[in-house]
Amino acid sequence: MATHLIKVEVNGEAYERTVPPRLLLSDFLRHELHLTGTHVGCEHGVCGACTVQLDGQGVRSCLLFAVQADGSAIKTVEGLAAGDDLHPLQAAFSAAHALQCGFCTPGFLMTIDSMLDEFATMTEPEIREALSGNICRCTGYQGIVEAVKATVASHSQEGR
Amino acid sequence: MKPPEFDYVAPNSVDDAIKALGSDLEAKVLAGGQSLIPLLAFRLAGPSLLVDLARVDGLDHITDEGDRLVIGAMTRQRRVERDPLVADRCPLLAESLRHVGHPQIRSRGTIGGSVAHADPAAELPGVVLALGGRVHVTGPAGNRTIEAEELFQGFLSTSIADGEILTAVEVPASGPRTGWSVVEVARRPGDYALCGALCQLQLDDSGTVVDAHLGLIGVGDRPMRAHAVEAAVLGGASPSEAAELAPDGLRPGSDVHASSDYRLHLATVTSRRALTQALERAA
Ligand SMILES: Cc1cc2nc3c(=O)[nH]c(=O)nc-3n(C[C@H](O)[C@H](O)[C@H](O)COP(=O)(O)OP(=O)(O)OC[C@H]3O[C@@H](n4cnc5c(N)ncnc54)[C@H](O)[C@@H]3O)c2cc1C
Ligand code: FES
Ligand code: FES
Repeated sequence: MATHLIKVEVNGEAYERTVPPRLLLSDFLRHELHLTGTHVGCEHGVCGACTVQLDGQGVRSCLLFAVQADGSAIKTVEGLAAGDDLHPLQAAFSAAHALQCGFCTPGFLMTIDSMLDEFATMTEPEIREALSGNICRCTGYQGIVEAVKATVASHSQEGR
Repeated sequence: MKPPEFDYVAPNSVDDAIKALGSDLEAKVLAGGQSLIPLLAFRLAGPSLLVDLARVDGLDHITDEGDRLVIGAMTRQRRVERDPLVADRCPLLAESLRHVGHPQIRSRGTIGGSVAHADPAAELPGVVLALGGRVHVTGPAGNRTIEAEELFQGFLSTSIADGEILTAVEVPASGPRTGWSVVEVARRPGDYALCGALCQLQLDDSGTVVDAHLGLIGVGDRPMRAHAVEAAVLGGASPSEAAELAPDGLRPGSDVHASSDYRLHLATVTSRRALTQALERAA
């Protein structure tokens, strides 16, 4: 099976790699680039743990072949914080106890970060529905929803 | 959960995509991959070649053709969901998209992929059927259109032939005094519906229903159009009276999620709610 040369930008850095077509983007990030912040839960699209941003949009990296991402800009959870300074969303997760084991957290963060503008106009039931593609098996969703609301509130205050 | 090996091409034109498909009996089209990649992961599909349509010119568009909207097959669901033209000209389509999986699924999933995949519980095939839409396909022998009534042939099965590509989905634009509604019962938000009703009604100046569309999903091996309910509504029946006819001709299966009887019950319930809301919105 022929391999393909791809060029991608991940968290602002350019990479060129040769990949077999069946290599999932999730495995490319974890095994080729050693960016293990992107977690893999179900590997068939139902849990959301593997969510990354592809050209600004939240996508499941287990439902995408690396070869399909050729020419795209990808952002993973490693690209959120500025050095040791947590991204406001990460700080809000910490403050609201929105994680326990942390397995689901990268997926939630990348989903929420991709939709912050939309969250700003959502009611709580709408926020919950927008997060329904990410599953958390330990902390429950209350803290996560609170972290979203806190981030959106400080985000819109800054804008004023 | 790793997909089997396959070859991959990403052609730039429909012609090249058709040629690539024709070059290999076991070739398959890859659109958004949101149904196909899970099938590969479970090894329920084993194509030798995937022909990715993502780089084909001219398949990503939303075109206003006056009385119709034509949407390119590779237009992502998330774009259609948020498009002001679609919200204005075909609100049933816009609203139904919010029930398709989750935002992360819709940012990759395409209109054409969902219609070609033809899941009996999927919203988009149900909308295209209910509205009397059609699809445009291109193959080695040229272009043709397939009416929705002839498109859906059974479980995950359509009359699009091997070697053909769906290039666009066409739905009628809604007229004045039109109301719509999407009502679903699902175990969790974003899950495929146990049963869903997709409804669009149009009133004349006196408030009489002059055009009725009702599609039902999750209640058979393909999306269904509730002709008996539509006729009753056009004949002046109330939503509750008309919805009693929803189970007519349906024979849903039983599975771990819901029994056949429960699905028939839901057909009545979702139809009644959808008819009621569509009437309210039309008024
Ligand atoms: C967790 C999860 C939840 C979901 N929930 C829902 C839901 O609630 N409702 C719903 O409707 N869908 C749901 N989906 C499926 C999703 O909508 C898919 O995007 C859609 O079914 C397929 O579109 P795609 O573009 O991803 O196509 P692909 O997965 O790439 O292709 C699907 C099939 O169609 C064929 N195909 C694709 N495009 C063409 C074309 N242009 N011409 C000819 N053949 C083509 C492919 O060969 C393949 O056989 C869900 C998916 C996941 C992973
Ligand atoms: S690992 Fe991708 S959705 Fe579960
Ligand atoms: S914090 Fe453990 S799965 Fe969410």
